[in-house]
Parts: sequence; structure tokens; C-alpha cells
Amino acid sequence: MAATIMYDEVEAGQQIPAVDYRVHRLDLVKYAGASGDFNTIHWNERYAKAVGLPDVIAHGMYTMAQGGRFVTAWAGDPAAVVDYGVRFSSMVVVPDDDEGATITISGVVEEKLEDKRVVVVLTARSGDSRVLSKARAVVQLS
Amino acid sequence: MALNREFVGRTYESSEPYEVSRVKIREFAAAIGESNPVCHDREAALAAGHRDLVAPPTFPIVFSLSSTSGALADPGLGLDFSMVVHGEQRFEYRRPIYAGDELVCTSTVTEIRSVGRNEFLTLRSDISTTTGEPVCRTYNTIVERGGAA
Repeated sequence: MAATIMYDEVEAGQQIPAVDYRVHRLDLVKYAGASGDFNTIHWNERYAKAVGLPDVIAHGMYTMAQGGRFVTAWAGDPAAVVDYGVRFSSMVVVPDDDEGATITISGVVEEKLEDKRVVVVLTARSGDSRVLSKARAVVQLS
Repeated sequence: MALNREFVGRTYESSEPYEVSRVKIREFAAAIGESNPVCHDREAALAAGHRDLVAPPTFPIVFSLSSTSGALADPGLGLDFSMVVHGEQRFEYRRPIYAGDELVCTSTVTEIRSVGRNEFLTLRSDISTTTGEPVCRTYNTIVERGGAA
């Protein structure tokens, strides 16, 4: 276990700067294959529109994984995340163009716990929507 | 259609252990853009004090979904899959998941409730090794849109 962030150097209220994650259709295809979630709304525009969606949407778990990646990049070790939960509050619409969609994630250290653990609360937005709410990770620091 | 409340408390076991491979960890990490070497390079993982490649925090979705599908696909539950969206998800770790782990999953329907016109169903999955060591507990809440109307 080797988080590169030291517990003693972190303060409650500390901001973790925002990162933009670009999402293209190819990313959703890769995620479908890696996760085994082949729900048609995540890769077929014709089907997505037929069931009332604006376009193909990202897997909620793909968005959650970007939040996870944000936290592990900050902590320096994927094994440092001991608890991670989110509520899916809005969808990430991924158009079939060069731009794709952008998920912007930022964080704040909300609380310092015992045993060198901290609570990190995430904000995840795409376009005008907040795509995750109650996004919270407990991270084991060094 | 309202979901069958009699399903609350029912438990489903994974049919066979899930073997966590280095190849799958690398594939999953690449798909989500996780570039930390401990997810890709065994030497780097060992140098960082891990026993093998480390799975990213959301990795259990790869095998926990299939073990819960038994519960959700039961016609007696009355779930219309075409109306289902993911509501909430949580992973609570006892220890990281490593390549080489052989994991089993026990899923329990913990709650079914109506919120407005929607039905919410929560599954808790307890993931442990085949030797009984607890590894992770997940909570998965799905929403059936219009199910309570």
C-alpha cells in the first residue's frame, strides 16, 4: 500500500484540481468489451434514439470509473481507495464526432478520518449536467 | 409493474469462482484510462509492495453483474429490463483485488422501494476468496423507470 500523498500534509477543505476526461464512442466500445456490459444504448445511436434517448450515452460505470481514476491518480495508488460510492444523477451523451463528450471531475478533501484515511468528495459534470452526485471515496493515505 | 416485494432477503450465489487474471486487469484498466503501472506491470506492482497487479476500484462490476443477473432475470420479480437505469453503486473494500484471486460472490436483495413513479431495487454483493477471506462488499441500486406507476 503506497499512496504518494501523506496524510499529515492534507487538510480538510483542500481542493483537488479539476481534470477533463474526453470520451469518444471508441471508449464506450472498449468499456463494453472490458466490462461485459453490451447494453445497446451504449453503442447504437439508432437504438438509443428509438428508446427516447438524445443519442448514445456512456455507461454509468464508465463515468464512475473516471471518478475512480481521478482519485487513484491523486492518491498515487489504485489500492488506496477503500470505499467508493456514487449516485448516477444524469447521463453523459456521447455524439459520434471528433469532439465526443467531456467529463470534468474535481474533488475536495471533506474530512480527515482515523488511521490516515480521508474522505474525498467528487464533482463530475458533462455539459451543463452534474452526472454524479453523492460521489464519495475513502482513501488510505501514507 | 410493481416489483415483487417477496424478493427482499433472497440470496443468490455465483455459479463458479471468478479467476482474476492479469490480462483482464490490464484490459479493464486500459478501457477506463487507468495508467498506473501497478495495474499493468507486475514488476511495478511488486516494487510498490503489492503481491501482483492491482485491480482498479470499480473492477468488481466485471463479475458481480453476472452473479446478480440471476436475481434480476427471475420472471417472478416482474422487472422490465428495458426500463432499467443504474441508480447508485458503491464498493467497500477489505483489501484490494489482485491478479490471481479466485473470488465468489453472494448477492442479496436488500431493499425494494417506490420513489414517485419509479421502483428502486438494491442488491448487496459480498465478495470473498474461495478460501473464505472477505475482499469487498458492493451495493448496486437499479431504477425501473415508471415501474411504480
